[in-house]
Amino acid sequence: MSGGMKQLDLRRFPGFFAITLACVAVLYAPLMVVAVYSVNESTSITRWGGFSLAWYADVFTGPESPKFQRAAMNSIIIAVLAGTGATIIATSAAVAMHRAGRFRAKTATFALINLPLMVPEVVTAVASLIFFTAIGFSGGIGTILLAHLTFCIPFAYLPIAARMQSISDSYEQAAMDLYATPREAFRLILLPLMRPGIFSGFLLAFIISLDDFLITNFVKGAGVETLPTAIFGAVKQGIKPNIMAISTLMLGVSVAFVTLSWLIGRSGQKTQ
Amino acid sequence: MIGTVISIDRVEKRFGTFTALHGVSVDIADNEFFTLLGPSGCGKTTLLRCIAGFEPVSGGQIRLNGEDIAPLPPYRRPVNTVFQHYALFPHMTVLENAMFGLQRLGWGVVDAEGRARQALELVHLSAFLKRRPGQLSGGQQQRVALARALAPEPRVLLLDEPLSALDLKLRQAVRMELKQIQRETGIAFVFVTHDQEEALTMSDRIAVMSDGRVQQVGTPREIYESPANRFVADFIGETNLIEVPVLNISNGLAEVSLPGGRAIQCPTRLVDATQGVLSVRPERIDLCAPSEADLIATAGAQVYLGTDIQLKAHLAGGEQMTVRLQNAAATVLPQSGARLGLRLEAGAARLLAA
Repeated sequence: MSGGMKQLDLRRFPGFFAITLACVAVLYAPLMVVAVYSVNESTSITRWGGFSLAWYADVFTGPESPKFQRAAMNSIIIAVLAGTGATIIATSAAVAMHRAGRFRAKTATFALINLPLMVPEVVTAVASLIFFTAIGFSGGIGTILLAHLTFCIPFAYLPIAARMQSISDSYEQAAMDLYATPREAFRLILLPLMRPGIFSGFLLAFIISLDDFLITNFVKGAGVETLPTAIFGAVKQGIKPNIMAISTLMLGVSVAFVTLSWLIGRSGQKTQ
Repeated sequence: MIGTVISIDRVEKRFGTFTALHGVSVDIADNEFFTLLGPSGCGKTTLLRCIAGFEPVSGGQIRLNGEDIAPLPPYRRPVNTVFQHYALFPHMTVLENAMFGLQRLGWGVVDAEGRARQALELVHLSAFLKRRPGQLSGGQQQRVALARALAPEPRVLLLDEPLSALDLKLRQAVRMELKQIQRETGIAFVFVTHDQEEALTMSDRIAVMSDGRVQQVGTPREIYESPANRFVADFIGETNLIEVPVLNISNGLAEVSLPGGRAIQCPTRLVDATQGVLSVRPERIDLCAPSEADLIATAGAQVYLGTDIQLKAHLAGGEQMTVRLQNAAATVLPQSGARLGLRLEAGAARLLAA
C-alpha cells in the first residue's frame, strides 16, 4: 500500500501468518464445503460419494426446478428494476451533493443517504413491513421491489459519489463556455465521465438486491418467492445437495458481479 | 475608446464579506493582447471568470460591443476560455473537442469538422486529430485547448494562466507562438498571469492588479518605466525605493532632495506632496567618481548574473541600493567596502506617493 513501511512491516509481526490463516478459514471454509459438496455424487450432505454434476442438472431439470426457476426469475426482475431505480436516484443525489455547492443540511443529507447501511437490517425489515401494512399495500412482487429499491440506494451511491469526487467541475464549465446549456453539459460531458461509477453502482445494487433474504422475507406477499427465500424454504424441509448447487451458482454470480464492478471502477480511474 | 470590444465598468465582486473586486473598470480594444497581471489573490482570475460568466458580478457592467453581458449565462456569451488545466474532454478525440463549441452553436457536422480542422492546423496539431487528450503531452494538450476555444471565433479569448503547467523551455516557445496566433486571428486576448516576464513580452497592454483593484493600465514600457505607484514599481521588475523629502512640484516635474543633500528633478504624477518615494531601476544607475555623484554609497556584495553583475550598495543612512552593471570588458568592479559614487541616469528616477 504505502511506501516507507519497511520497519513496520505487518507481515513480520509474530503470529501474523496464523491469524491470517484463521481468518481466511473462518470466512471461507463454509463456502468451500458448500462448493465441494455441490459436486458430490451422493445424496448425503456430509459423506463424499465421488464427483458428479448431477445436482446441477437437478437444479435445472429436477422436480423442484419450476419452483426455483420462478423464484430466480422474480429475483432477477426485482434486482434489475431495483438496481436501475436505485442507480438513477443515487446518480441524482451524487450530482446534487457535489455540484450544488454548499447548502444547508448537506452533512445531514449525506448521513440520510447512507443511513440504511448503518441501520440493522431486521429493523428496516420490520419497519418496511409495518409501513406496507399501514398503507394497505400488498402488491406481491411490488412490496419487495419498493423495499429493495430503498435499501439499494446507498450501495449504488458509494461508487458513484467516489467517481463524482474525482471529476473537476471545470469540465462542465468548459462545456458551458463552449455554448452547451447546463442540460447539454450534463448529458454530453458529466454523464459520460460518471459512467464507470454508474455502472459500478448499478452492479453493486443489483447484487445486493439479488442476495437479500431478510427484508424480502418480511415484506413478500404470500406465494411470492425470490431465490434466497425459495432456498430458505427448501432448507426447512431438509438440506438436499441441490441447495448446495444453487448456492454455489449464486456465489459465482455474486463474485462475478462484484469483480466486474471493481474492474469497471478501476478502469474509470485510469482514464482520468 | 475607439474600437473597444469589451468594456469592464465598475465591476464589483463580493464573496460573503470578502470583496474580491472593488469596482474595476478597464476597456479592452479589438485585436489587443491584454494582460491582467498581479500576485495571487489580486482578483485577476476572478475578473476573468466574471467575463466568462462563471461568477456572477455583485455590481457593475461588462459590455461586449456595447451590450451588457453580465446578466447572461456563460453559454450565451460569445467569449471562450482556455483553462489553466485545459479541461479537455477526456472521452472525446482531439477533433471532437475542437468541434464541440461549433456543434453547440448549431453547426452541421461537416462544417464544424472543417472549421475545427482549420483551428487545429493553426496550432500544428493536424497529425493528432484521432487521439484522446490523455495520449498527448502537456504542450499538445495546451494547443488543443487553444484550438477548441478559437474554433467558434469568439469576440474575446480568455486565457487563465495557460502556460503555468508547462516547463520553462516550452513556456518560452509557446509565448511567441501565442502572440503570433493572436496577430493572425485578430481576436482580442485577455490573458491572466502572475508572471511579469510573460506579461511584458507578450502584451500590447497590461493591467496591473492588487487587492481587487486595477493599479495601472498601460503598455509594457509605460508600466515598467512610468509606474503609477509604489506597488507597480515594486511588483514589475526590480527597483530601488528611496524615501525623499519633496522640495516642490510643478507641471509633472518634482524637485526632491536625495540622501546626502543633492537635489534632482524627476517626473511624477503627484501634484502636491512634501514626502515621496523615489523609484530607480538598478540598470539606470552608473558608477562614477564620488565628486560628481548623486549618491554616495559603500560597496557591498556582488552577484554574478552572466550578462549582468548585480552590486549591492549601502547609503550612509543605511538604505540598501541595488545596481546592475553590464558585464562588459570595460566594467571595473569596486572592492567590497569601497566608497562609491552613484549617478542616476537622466530620467531614471520617478517620484511616487509615499
